[in-house]
Amino acid sequence: MYTIDDAKDVNLESYKVDAENHAYIDNLSQIKPTDANQLLDVGVDTDENDRVGSFIQKDKSVIHCKTMQDGIEVMSISQAQEKHGWLSDYLWKNISPDTDKFTSQAKKKPHEGYFIRSLPGVKTKHPVQSCLYIAEEGFSQNVHNVVIAEEGSELHIITGCATAPHLVSGLHVGVSEFYVKKGAKLIFTMIHDWGEKINVRPRTVTQVEEGGLIVSNYISLKPVGSLQMFPTTYLNGKSAVARFNSVLVAGKGDFLDVGSRIELNAPDTRAEIISRSIVSGGSIIARGDLVGRVSDIKAHLECKGLILKDGLIHAIPELRAYVPGVEMSHEAAVGKIDQQEIEYLMSRGIDEDEAISTIVRGFLNVDIEGLPPGFKNKLDKIISETQKDII
Amino acid sequence: MHAYKITEADGEVRSMLQIEELGVEVGGKRILKNVNMEIPEGETHILFGPNGSGKTSLMMTLMGFSGYNVTHGKITFKGEDITYMPIHERARLGIGVSFQRPPTINGLKTRSIVEISAGSRSVDVEELAKQLNFSDFLDRDVNHNFSGGEIKRSELLQLMAQQPDLVLLDEPESGVDLESIVLIGDTINLLLHRGIKHPEKKPHKDINRTKSALVITHTGHILDYITADKGQVLYNGVLCCSRNAREILKWIREYGYKECVRCTQ
Repeated sequence: MYTIDDAKDVNLESYKVDAENHAYIDNLSQIKPTDANQLLDVGVDTDENDRVGSFIQKDKSVIHCKTMQDGIEVMSISQAQEKHGWLSDYLWKNISPDTDKFTSQAKKKPHEGYFIRSLPGVKTKHPVQSCLYIAEEGFSQNVHNVVIAEEGSELHIITGCATAPHLVSGLHVGVSEFYVKKGAKLIFTMIHDWGEKINVRPRTVTQVEEGGLIVSNYISLKPVGSLQMFPTTYLNGKSAVARFNSVLVAGKGDFLDVGSRIELNAPDTRAEIISRSIVSGGSIIARGDLVGRVSDIKAHLECKGLILKDGLIHAIPELRAYVPGVEMSHEAAVGKIDQQEIEYLMSRGIDEDEAISTIVRGFLNVDIEGLPPGFKNKLDKIISETQKDII
Repeated sequence: MHAYKITEADGEVRSMLQIEELGVEVGGKRILKNVNMEIPEGETHILFGPNGSGKTSLMMTLMGFSGYNVTHGKITFKGEDITYMPIHERARLGIGVSFQRPPTINGLKTRSIVEISAGSRSVDVEELAKQLNFSDFLDRDVNHNFSGGEIKRSELLQLMAQQPDLVLLDEPESGVDLESIVLIGDTINLLLHRGIKHPEKKPHKDINRTKSALVITHTGHILDYITADKGQVLYNGVLCCSRNAREILKWIREYGYKECVRCTQ
């Protein structure tokens, strides 16, 4: 099992930074069936019916990219740099390449990443979907993503990350910079399905302007070697709002160190972090850090864990307030499944195993807002399958 | 159909529930002592008793909850020995419970637990909820921040979906406002096939009632809304009285449960 120290110490030298090129696919339905299954598992709709754009990257190659709604831009980061000279004002502005060795790697050996932007006032009719996929053995995929929701726009993104089933070793480094402009709304849902030995280091920073809203949903139910991320959001404009939900499962050998930090820097800003963790033999460090720098802000953190088999749940909820007049709270609880709940359900006619599954499903079922119905059903199905595996 | 125990030679009265010499311990403490009780098919019995007398323990034991250890005796339901049967099998056999303080289940919608209760029966959850004025609660987590009355309606909604042959109701009137208690009474009558207003096809006396109930009450208020065939009093783990429910209620109202002390001496 990974320890906190092992997880910190990913040796970049042991990964290669080049991979085979993959051909571009015009039509997603022509994608290889083996790849398609992986994509479907992380929410990609290969028919693209209920999507307004797609971005699919395999290793270092962008294999599919398109938009189907005016005012919504979806392209690779290199294309975006060519098209928009001003993009330099957004690249590496939220986060410095010197932050750690992973950001530094992403700067030195970049392999594309996506650029998704909603123009002022434009609202996505359906979500944009993206997928970052690793198929090359021992590859370190270093992507840089930029998302911009321009003033008054509404942008909904579903992004999935996955690896080929045969992959033994791999590293994903993802630098993401999100900008939510005045009165804009960004709903960002990320599903991860990595492999047992894959190390994952996303580095995400978001700036939210006046009246802006970011909703971030993060779901990792499948095995992962080690995942460490602590995305930071700055609520810089008056009345900006951030809501972060995460649903995590750590089976045997999995190590997840996942949290969110939200800094409330303007009056009337609000923040909420909700996490649900289930440990069934693995380790989860569930962090949350709320920072109140001005008065008249509200922030709440809720961190709940269920421990089904020996492992570790380490909940680290933090509140930091610098001025009077802030309203900040947190709630953390780790426990087992309540026998009373099991027997209550049994008294309605289902056996013990079904009752436990039902409770676990409910525990994982954080009300994730803004999901299209088809995707919600899919997620329910994934949760359903996961709880079978972990019990 | 299960083979019912025939208790009378002519075969007309069948036993729904039979409790023989039941002794129960909770946490090593004797809670029920030598309880004998019989509820025939179609009958509703009221179980009176002061707080802490063992009423809820009896109900939990009948349903098979953990922590209620049967030390001696036997429970027979529809002719089958269920003394050590798992909870869900008792439910499937036809026992349903309305709990006084059911647990909250986060993330599980009330709609889902109603569907679970329905089992393989096809049930119109929306329509049932409408009858119980509970439609707005179907998408809320089970029992999450429910008031006393809301819990009762939620429990009865689940029982309406389950359609048990024996209904165990724990304090159905507690924490319920006057407006809701009428609705709760009506629903219980519906569950028990009682109180059918002006049956068209045949007179009341000819309606063949098969549903039975054991209704736990501390105050007896529920008797203003439902009818009962018999009353029993549980005092300090002992069944000490068995007769007309209204008569018992009258005594309790006049003398309080202290009268029971005399009966158990």
